[in-house]
Amino acid sequence: MSRPRNVSSRRPPRIGESPAVRRALIIAVLIVSVFVIAAPLAVIAVQAFSKGVETYLAAITHPDTLHAIGMTLVTALIAVPINTLFGIAAAWAITKFDFPGRRLLLVVIEIPFSISPIVAGVAYLFVYGLQGLFGEWLSAHDIKILFALPGIVLASLFVTAPFVARELIPLMQAQGRDLEEAAASLGASGLRTFFSVTLPNVRWALLYGVVLCNARVMGEFGAVSVVSGNIRGQTNTLPLHVELLYHDYQTAGAFAAASILAGLAVVTLFVKVALERRGAGRRNRPAFVAEPAGNSKETP
Amino acid sequence: MKITLDNVVKTFNTFRAVRGVSLDIESGELVALLGPSGSGKTTILRMVAGLEYADGGHIRFGEEDATDIPVRERGVGFVFQHYALFPHMTVGDNIAFGMKVSKKKRSTAEIAARVADLLRLVRLEGLGDRYPAQISGGQRQRVALARALAVDPKVLLLDEPFGALDANVRRELRRWLREIHDELGITTLFVTHDQEEALDLADRVVILKDGKIVQVGTPEEVCRRPANAFVMRFLGDANHFPATVSGEIASIGGARLAAPGVADGAADAYARPGDLGFATEGEGVSATISRVLDRPDGRRLIAVTETGEYVELDVASDAPVKAGAQGVITLARAQIFPAA
Repeated sequence: MSRPRNVSSRRPPRIGESPAVRRALIIAVLIVSVFVIAAPLAVIAVQAFSKGVETYLAAITHPDTLHAIGMTLVTALIAVPINTLFGIAAAWAITKFDFPGRRLLLVVIEIPFSISPIVAGVAYLFVYGLQGLFGEWLSAHDIKILFALPGIVLASLFVTAPFVARELIPLMQAQGRDLEEAAASLGASGLRTFFSVTLPNVRWALLYGVVLCNARVMGEFGAVSVVSGNIRGQTNTLPLHVELLYHDYQTAGAFAAASILAGLAVVTLFVKVALERRGAGRRNRPAFVAEPAGNSKETP
Repeated sequence: MKITLDNVVKTFNTFRAVRGVSLDIESGELVALLGPSGSGKTTILRMVAGLEYADGGHIRFGEEDATDIPVRERGVGFVFQHYALFPHMTVGDNIAFGMKVSKKKRSTAEIAARVADLLRLVRLEGLGDRYPAQISGGQRQRVALARALAVDPKVLLLDEPFGALDANVRRELRRWLREIHDELGITTLFVTHDQEEALDLADRVVILKDGKIVQVGTPEEVCRRPANAFVMRFLGDANHFPATVSGEIASIGGARLAAPGVADGAADAYARPGDLGFATEGEGVSATISRVLDRPDGRRLIAVTETGEYVELDVASDAPVKAGAQGVITLARAQIFPAA
């Protein structure tokens, strides 16, 4: 046993296998992870409970905080389903049909990923604000979009538009159109094909996209902060509320509210990992693809 | 059900995939569409299925014009090259799918009985509860066929049905498909790029090139009387010899063969390796053996003629020939076409 090991240790290491490089990389990543990612989370937990559990509970059950939680939940309940439907429709259109501008649509869907959310918020101000494009018409008809729930939902929709579509498109592209064509040749209608054939084959990826979309909706700050107007107890979502409390020097309250968001993040993470185990997410993509022909262990 | 294609045309963007194809497929016939890739064979099949619409021309099922009938109402069974089984359904559910979505209502018991019948037909009894990922490629293809047959299609269409399987499985499934066809008598059209598959299986073979039909005929007709050099070369190994025709007699080196109907002048002769022989002297084409290849079913010689053309010929496995030998290639048979 010792001989092969000696032989191998005398050989020059393969690229990237030098022990010094390996250790240095691992240590660097560990240090960065601890200081940049883990430490702040730990601080949230410590600070939230720094003045005792009672203060924590009081902070969380404060009417303004409860209202902020409610706002966040309502926003998510509206925005996530809409963007799920949008994502499915977009992915379906892009992967199952040929039409001019298909590639352009693909790029357009990804715009929210590359644009700062604050820009989106400001853009909504210009469109729906009092001085904006539809401002006069809206105020004449007494429709309130900005500094109210509709504005928050619209901003959240913009920011999270790509999440579901981005998960579905590569998968549906890899699956091709064979299954839908087979279903159609067997006499299935479009809806039937979608619910019996397409949806079951993308369900984990879809759920994965929904989870990511939901996490982003609940955590979105930039775009929402511009359009909501930060009215305490009225248009504050949870992330905005955290900032507000912090600026009021209510550190414990801010961290208590933040701990809810952090808790949501942890739940999201677990769900995400569980879904990845089921084959969703980019990493495990090939597991999803309907197995092509000619596997190794085949007998007739 | 008789299928008639009448001057069917299909263009993808600027690519003219099918250029005016007319074809009659008799009821109960088993017809192969054979051609190299890009010859339009799959496009024709998909137009017959209704998965693509023809840009021009008509497709008739019996007397009915089916050109614009959508796939789900056309009543065809389509078998995909990569099976396209629904991966989240069991084999039984895959086969039952068409019956479940059909407008014709069937009871659960009725469907179950039919699934059992079909599993028996494709010899997969007892595998109804498996998922497609749990069975072999050959079994998947048989499930795909059972699924297509479940809806009582008027026409069965198969796209490279055995293309993804290994040679032994392919040969077995080929025999089996022929048996099923003979049993059910359903009009069947299948696409293949494998000449052997087309010739073994089909009543008639349609040979396509660049979106047009080159020849239609029984396997015997296309093999023995190829319409042109393309068909001759596409169907199997063919050796080319320059020839001269005079009074319907072709001279190929020192050999003379009948060339009925070929005009006087330069011509091209094509011969199969098995129709050639090698002798030290005689009437034929002088050549030198450059290599001897030994194969399970015989010996193949690679010879170089005086004009520098390579010729492959099959001889008996114990023929006493060595590389470097000089002699003549004799021709028992050849196809002679006017020079292109």
